[in-house]
Amino acid sequence: MNRITAAFQNGKAFIPFLTGGDPDIETTERLIEAMADAGADIIEIGVPFSDPIAEGVVIQEASQRALAVGCTVDQLFDMVARLRGNGVNIPLIFMGYGNSVYGYGAEKFMARCKETGVDGLILPDVPFEEREEFADLLEAYGVTQISMVAPTSRDRARAIAREARGFLYCVSSLGVTGVRTSISDQIGEIIALAREESDTPCAIGFGVSTPEQARDMAKIADGVIVGSAIVRQIAEYGRNSVPIVAEYVKTMKQAVLSQGK
Amino acid sequence: MSKGRFGPYGGQYAPETMMAALEELETAYEHFKNDPEFQKELDYLLREYAGRPSLLYYAEKMTKDLGGAKIYLKREDLNHTGAHKINNALGQVLLAKKMGKTRVIAETGAGQHGVATATAAALLNMECEVFMGEEDTKRQALNVFRMELLGAKVHPVMSGTRTLKDAVNETMREWVTRIADTHYVIGSCMGPHPFPIIVRDFQKIIGEEIKAQLLEKEGKLPDAVLACVGGGSNAIGAFYDFIGDESVRLVGCEAAGRGVDTYETAATVATGRAGIFHGMKSLFCQDEYGQIAPVYSISAGLDYPGIGPEHAYLALEKRAEYVPVTDDEAVEAFGYLARTEGIIPAVESAHAVAYAMKLAPTMGKDQVLVINLSGRGDKDVAAIARYKGVELYE
Repeated sequence: MNRITAAFQNGKAFIPFLTGGDPDIETTERLIEAMADAGADIIEIGVPFSDPIAEGVVIQEASQRALAVGCTVDQLFDMVARLRGNGVNIPLIFMGYGNSVYGYGAEKFMARCKETGVDGLILPDVPFEEREEFADLLEAYGVTQISMVAPTSRDRARAIAREARGFLYCVSSLGVTGVRTSISDQIGEIIALAREESDTPCAIGFGVSTPEQARDMAKIADGVIVGSAIVRQIAEYGRNSVPIVAEYVKTMKQAVLSQGK
Repeated sequence: MSKGRFGPYGGQYAPETMMAALEELETAYEHFKNDPEFQKELDYLLREYAGRPSLLYYAEKMTKDLGGAKIYLKREDLNHTGAHKINNALGQVLLAKKMGKTRVIAETGAGQHGVATATAAALLNMECEVFMGEEDTKRQALNVFRMELLGAKVHPVMSGTRTLKDAVNETMREWVTRIADTHYVIGSCMGPHPFPIIVRDFQKIIGEEIKAQLLEKEGKLPDAVLACVGGGSNAIGAFYDFIGDESVRLVGCEAAGRGVDTYETAATVATGRAGIFHGMKSLFCQDEYGQIAPVYSISAGLDYPGIGPEHAYLALEKRAEYVPVTDDEAVEAFGYLARTEGIIPAVESAHAVAYAMKLAPTMGKDQVLVINLSGRGDKDVAAIARYKGVELYE
């Protein structure tokens, strides 16, 4: 079984996101270790990009902070290699934009994923229609591209689900990333369609911040992704954010676990 | 290979939330472009409202002064709202209305596309919101007020470099937030498929008119067609009908800013490389990690780190050539055209005038060079005064 898919076997999965290099690489590294210890099943590491068109203000600003301190994807690869050396075994996924891969050199990028231990990629601007862009290289280097569905996907959801690997990233609602006070249940219908086509686990992201929301989402999905809420804690507490984020991850994992397998 | 390709370029590199809307747009466009009613309505608006066909003017004084090719100016500056942008804005807003949308959003750099979209929206009873880099709202304050007069809401964009690329980012973010009743009127031949084709189709009337008008005046095809290129909509509009006519040299004039050997440039073909951004694969100014470069030009309309995918392909195939023109050269040409022909061009269009000043003297007197004068320069007068260190009190 795909390592990423296997991470959904410890009950409902909790998948935190943080922006790599915010506020600096050392803190990101400590945060990832602490999140893994606190029960994160998979961790998404944002590759900072100059123009993140799918992100809300919180993650845009985190990207800018990381770039301002000179964070590069090479530093993130080196960090992943160190984390693997220090016994972090859960799947680590890079979330970035197509040009972070293409502009770096796609083959070199995939080779470094394999060499350092990056299991997968989430590329919001490389949709189903463009899946051939990196398909051969992903295959050659054993890297999984995570597919996304959104409330607007409708008929597309079936085709996307059929080819999904790792897990299916289900965008909860319209718009960009960011904390939302209420999340509609539109995505539930899309998940139902996807499940008719595939056994690949479904994880919901965009807008989730509270344990109550996580519990509700875990009722209809196999996992819950939280980004902006964590990035906001990191923005507020900087280098001192590690225990705060770890405690939050623990609480959120408990919340999704309450919904069973 | 995915849809909407120009050789290796183009495609649909857009977030999943946008994909259904792109499909809907493609289906609607494929229907309406062959719908005689739609075409009749658009043709009426272009003639009776926008003032088409625009004139093809023989610039006799400029021709004599430069002493080479006969120079014609395609007067897109005489269109309603003062630029070629109205061709695309009327087309897309009409299309959006036919699709049942009630609201349009747009990005703008210099403000010309924002003004054109606000105008079309006012005429066709659509709600309109325009996103403009905060830096550009300062450079082009007058256009901000024009858009507001036309009933549009203008959002200054505070992210990134606060210029055109950031305005595009923010408009894309807005579109995925409210996509069902809203159409994104992209202003240039860029973005995910089908936008590069839609914008080109609504602009190709420029080249079709040039061809017919010049045949009437000179009985021949032009030897060269020049246009400025940011995203490249006026250039693709002027070039498209001539792509099959191999004797016609097609020259896109890019904004080199302070020079292609500096970081303060926006000349994408000269300094960029292939990348994936703003929904398309094309050429972009970027660093070794694929971070998009903070580009610069005196012209807010050309201050963009990419180029439309069809231009990238024409450059790859060497069917069109792309040349860099600096701020200094453009400002010089701005004044030259004003003094010589009594026409104040947009500083964007002045980039094409500047290269014509170099190219025309190298051509024969029996040859014809057409400059697409994409917009008028009223909006730039204050900025040019600042550039020259002249203080104005309004």
